[in-house]
Amino acid sequence: MTDVGSALNPLRVAIVGAGPAGFYTAEHLFRESDLAVEIDMFDRLPTPFGLVRAGVAPDHQKIKSVTKVYDRIAQQPNFRFYGYVEFGKDIHLDDLKTHYHQICFTTGAQTDRSLNIPGEDLLGSYPATEFVAWYNGHPDFRNNHFDLSQERVAVIGVGNVAVDVARILCRTPEELAQTDIADHALEALRHSRVKEVYLLGRRGPAQAAFTNPEIKEMGELLDADVTVLPREARLDLLSQADLEKNPDKSTLKKVEILQEYARRQPAGKSRRLTLRFLVSPVELIGDETGQIQAMKLVRNELYATEAGTLRPKPTAEYETLPVGLVFRSVGYRGVPLPGVPFNDDWGVILNEKGRILKSEPRQPVTGLYTAGWIKRGPSGVIGTNKPDAAQTVRCMLEDLNQGHILNPIHAEVEAAKNLICRRQPRYISYNDWLRLDELEVTRGKKQGRPRLKFTRVEEMLAALGQET
Amino acid sequence: MNVKNILAIKGRNVITIGPDKSIKEAIALMDAQNIGALIVLDEDQQLVGIISERDIIRAFVRREDVLSLPVSQLMTTKVITGVPQDDIHSISNLMTEHRVRHLPILSNGQLVGIISIGDVVKRQRDTYKGEVDTLQTQLMGEA
Repeated sequence: MTDVGSALNPLRVAIVGAGPAGFYTAEHLFRESDLAVEIDMFDRLPTPFGLVRAGVAPDHQKIKSVTKVYDRIAQQPNFRFYGYVEFGKDIHLDDLKTHYHQICFTTGAQTDRSLNIPGEDLLGSYPATEFVAWYNGHPDFRNNHFDLSQERVAVIGVGNVAVDVARILCRTPEELAQTDIADHALEALRHSRVKEVYLLGRRGPAQAAFTNPEIKEMGELLDADVTVLPREARLDLLSQADLEKNPDKSTLKKVEILQEYARRQPAGKSRRLTLRFLVSPVELIGDETGQIQAMKLVRNELYATEAGTLRPKPTAEYETLPVGLVFRSVGYRGVPLPGVPFNDDWGVILNEKGRILKSEPRQPVTGLYTAGWIKRGPSGVIGTNKPDAAQTVRCMLEDLNQGHILNPIHAEVEAAKNLICRRQPRYISYNDWLRLDELEVTRGKKQGRPRLKFTRVEEMLAALGQET
Repeated sequence: MNVKNILAIKGRNVITIGPDKSIKEAIALMDAQNIGALIVLDEDQQLVGIISERDIIRAFVRREDVLSLPVSQLMTTKVITGVPQDDIHSISNLMTEHRVRHLPILSNGQLVGIISIGDVVKRQRDTYKGEVDTLQTQLMGEA
């Protein structure tokens, strides 16, 4: 036990989830000098990178270049990627405990938060996360269908995901054809009859979560006019006072851009993107076939908490907005993993600084760790996962030094490989992924696009020469 | 980034003390737990105050027999509290303006955790690091 981490007895770590948090965890472990470590990373999809591949918008290619960092990590000799291997289906907690000294869960937030309003499940009402996964070619959403023949679409939320959805709906087919958007989505969007897109924020312009580069992009769309209602662009007294007391350059700029949009004259473009503030949906209204027709909105006003955070509260004023398609973009939410203690209130694994805790009594569970969104909740940007993973790895190393690690009877790398081969003979290695990557890029080149994605697991396996 | 994201990693273990306990017991508890403040709960587990190192030091200047006093005599009773939805900017402004270093967090009137100035500093540092990292990657096209 004491010499785990030495060359003759390397530390065996399993990382479940191949997104940014998983890769940064591996990176921090590799950075530790005097530590011999062998890492196996699992993902239920054949392709790695999590939301960098399936979440970042197709017209934001530069953000995706972070994968070069993950490539370097993955190509270390003591790193193995096992794609298309699902925790809870192909391998289980007991398997991992008998093969690894430490296990880190970095599974992210797979589902969406609900609004909990009547009509949320009407036809035509979807989580934005599904639309995003669909247009980014996530195999689980390949067969989803969105009625883009509707002229009026509302996106509930004003974070960057909401803005991505609105922007993609407002892009021309020519603009989209230059991106790595999934082909089936490109085709569907080519025939889109969407004319009016609304982004609905429950607080005011100063509080909206979208960031300035994203807001600016909305004002530069080729064929969509952006607009804000003048009365909603005006700051309320509380926001004004807050900004005067704590003048934040970024917020001042945000408000400036939004107020400019309120003054803009429409240039007669084909589509119109309207940013609404201080409104919350209270009901989605459908027709007799269960198809959405409109949404009832309540107007909000802001109040300050004791700590000074400006929060919305409803007034008695309502309005009805006719819409045929609604995307709710009010956050992602984590999904519990079998055998792993979960904090249901907040949708995260029960943990302290990344050490997974059992609930009664609250104590660390030996050998189990977590990092990323499933640890702290869906917040921050890609890079936020780096210091997050660093904290978890510090705990892992402290525990290793004190001998608080699992006692795997099959710690050899080959033993794990044999188990995985038995459970999922069609697993994808990192070299397999590199081959898929090359194929996607080559196919894309022929069409002047960064890549042409495979969107079905069968296609990927076939491309690798594995028969289904 | 809000209080919820800090509490998710920190846990809900809030160290508390009764109002009738002595200052001597209070400082022993702070020392044992390596913290700077204790939440004061009455016998019905209601929040009645907060006592910090600073309160004790200030009292000590005026009277040296401070150790035998009950917590209730030195504690701050007008406790500023937060909610899980509070964002880090507001909390950090509040702590700066009101010179408080600990904020009990209530959800539906229940104590669910405590945020210290140390938590805020760490979160801001990590947020800053994360954003700079991401921006640099974007600007340079690779990391």
